[in-house]
Amino acid sequence: MWRRTWTIFKARNHEFFRDKSSLGWNFVFPFLVIAGFSFIFNEDNKTMYKVGIVHSDNPAVTSRESSGNLNHYNNFKKSRYIEFIEFKTNAMAMDKLRHHRIDFLIDPDSRQYWVSKSSPTGYVVEKLFYSDSRSMIGDFKKQSIDGSEVRYVEWLFPGIMGMNVMFSALFGVGFVVVRYRKNGVLKRLSVTPLKPYEFLTAQIISRMYVILFTTFIVFVGCMVLFRFDCLGTYLNLVIIFSLGGFSMISLGLVVASRSSSEEFANGILNLLTWPMMFLSEVWFSLEGAHPWVQKFSRLLPLTQLIDGARKIMNDGAGLFEIRQQLIALTVMSCIFMLMGSMLFKWHKD
Amino acid sequence: MHTPILDVKNLVKWYPEVKAVDDISFSIEQGICFGLLGPNGAGKTTTIEVIEGIMPAGSGTILYKGKSRGTVFHEEVGIQLQDTELPMFLTVKETLETYRNLYRRKANLDDLIETCHLNEILHQDNRHISGGQKQRLLLAMALANDPDLIFLDEPTTGLDPQARRYLWNIVDLIKSKKRTLILTTHYMEEAQILCDRIAIMDYGKIITTGSPTELLEEHCKGATLNLQSNISNKILDKLPWKWFRVRDRIEIQTDEINTCIKILLEQDIDLSTMTVRSQNLEDLFLKLTGKQLRT
Repeated sequence: MWRRTWTIFKARNHEFFRDKSSLGWNFVFPFLVIAGFSFIFNEDNKTMYKVGIVHSDNPAVTSRESSGNLNHYNNFKKSRYIEFIEFKTNAMAMDKLRHHRIDFLIDPDSRQYWVSKSSPTGYVVEKLFYSDSRSMIGDFKKQSIDGSEVRYVEWLFPGIMGMNVMFSALFGVGFVVVRYRKNGVLKRLSVTPLKPYEFLTAQIISRMYVILFTTFIVFVGCMVLFRFDCLGTYLNLVIIFSLGGFSMISLGLVVASRSSSEEFANGILNLLTWPMMFLSEVWFSLEGAHPWVQKFSRLLPLTQLIDGARKIMNDGAGLFEIRQQLIALTVMSCIFMLMGSMLFKWHKD
Repeated sequence: MHTPILDVKNLVKWYPEVKAVDDISFSIEQGICFGLLGPNGAGKTTTIEVIEGIMPAGSGTILYKGKSRGTVFHEEVGIQLQDTELPMFLTVKETLETYRNLYRRKANLDDLIETCHLNEILHQDNRHISGGQKQRLLLAMALANDPDLIFLDEPTTGLDPQARRYLWNIVDLIKSKKRTLILTTHYMEEAQILCDRIAIMDYGKIITTGSPTELLEEHCKGATLNLQSNISNKILDKLPWKWFRVRDRIEIQTDEINTCIKILLEQDIDLSTMTVRSQNLEDLFLKLTGKQLRT
């Protein structure tokens, strides 16, 4: 059994490592995403709202009286996380506001402002604009967070790595097996002594190897580039990524079990990956989301993987602390594997 | 009496609404090249794919060396499928090694490379080899386990005449090593050259079986006259021999060539473009089915 499994494992690895476009994508994609987001959400660059500033074309309006006391406006301009963008003409600025390219538009000369009624961010900026920075806030006192804060990039990193594992597992197995079935490679293999479970095992091991290898390279690269810490042990991180990867490879095998249409498989894979990308807290937290959204999110293997990885990296959790994630991923893997192997067919009907 | 290497009895295979294989039986002795002939859609590929185990039979029995096909069957047969792609990003040598390693019994790699003339392309990526080279590699893959029984499903379809002859030479070489081959083709010339026995199929049935020589002696003793087509059916119907319109020509199959020419001359038919040749398997197929083979 192992000779045949090893043979297919080797062949599949050759295929992956020689396919420059696929290989490049697996390495470059997470680097780019992390670099891009760490730049965008860097403390110095973190912009939550965009406010346009336009100076009135009509000099008659800019009289001493109308310019009057601009303290309020000047205080507002000192607000952090708001980017102020100057526009030459009112028409240009209005166009940007109409298309939600900016959230708020202000003309300090004429002491007018514009806000889109349909824009939630515009509503928030308007409230900020109205608020007096020197107003009393009762008995509340500003405090700082004790201990080291989790930087955004450190919070983001496990999510991006998990997402990369998801794409690599689902498309790397699901899509490839469907392509094999479509072009007859599976049919040819089916007339050799190779058994389905040997073939599937080889696919799983090969993809696991690829996932762990690429994750390791990207992990080391990101640590060097972005200098972040992993509070937990690396072994635990390997365990959660392995289990998460295995679970999603198994899910990929379910998708690939019968179809011989790449278009159909692509559709199904997108149907699986897109909700996972948005509901597994890759980019943003689901705190405050509707309870059923949060419950549904727990059913997704990517959520469990990212949750576990974040607990290890950001909070230094051990295996016991992430037992819930480990159990969930193990159960999901078993269900997917069982389904995948039961449904598997060598060739198209 | 020797047990045939393959014994097929009352094989039936249904597709939805179509009986692709209709109760066929044949057996193949060890060491021969057996040809399954027929036009596209005759049921040749379905028949051998059922035997190969790719699809299940509707009914009937298939015995390999006198026993039901099991693990041994997959270990001891070599198969070249009609439509298959090669694994991508592997070289020819790696592909061969991959397939060799799937079997317990392995053919000698150097012999395999030499037999199938793969030396020149050994380190080329599968994606960059020609159609003829691909067929030779597929053949080498079928021989990777030094098989006792080899299935070749239309191995020369789509190849140019030179590449086809190149492949025939390889098949001849395999035959000389006393291996048993099952070959499907719709090229009668190929069957006549390579096969020791043939079975002609049409509409899922075997119409006739025998060696090419036996079949020709039995059914095609005479010659085929090939004429231009502007002769009326009325005249042709008066002839006591079978005639067919083949593309833009008329073919008359006769065993009394002088008489036939005499009758045609009496009818004032222009024989200046007439050709005469001995009958072959193509004529036999035409006679048995009333239609051309390559349709």
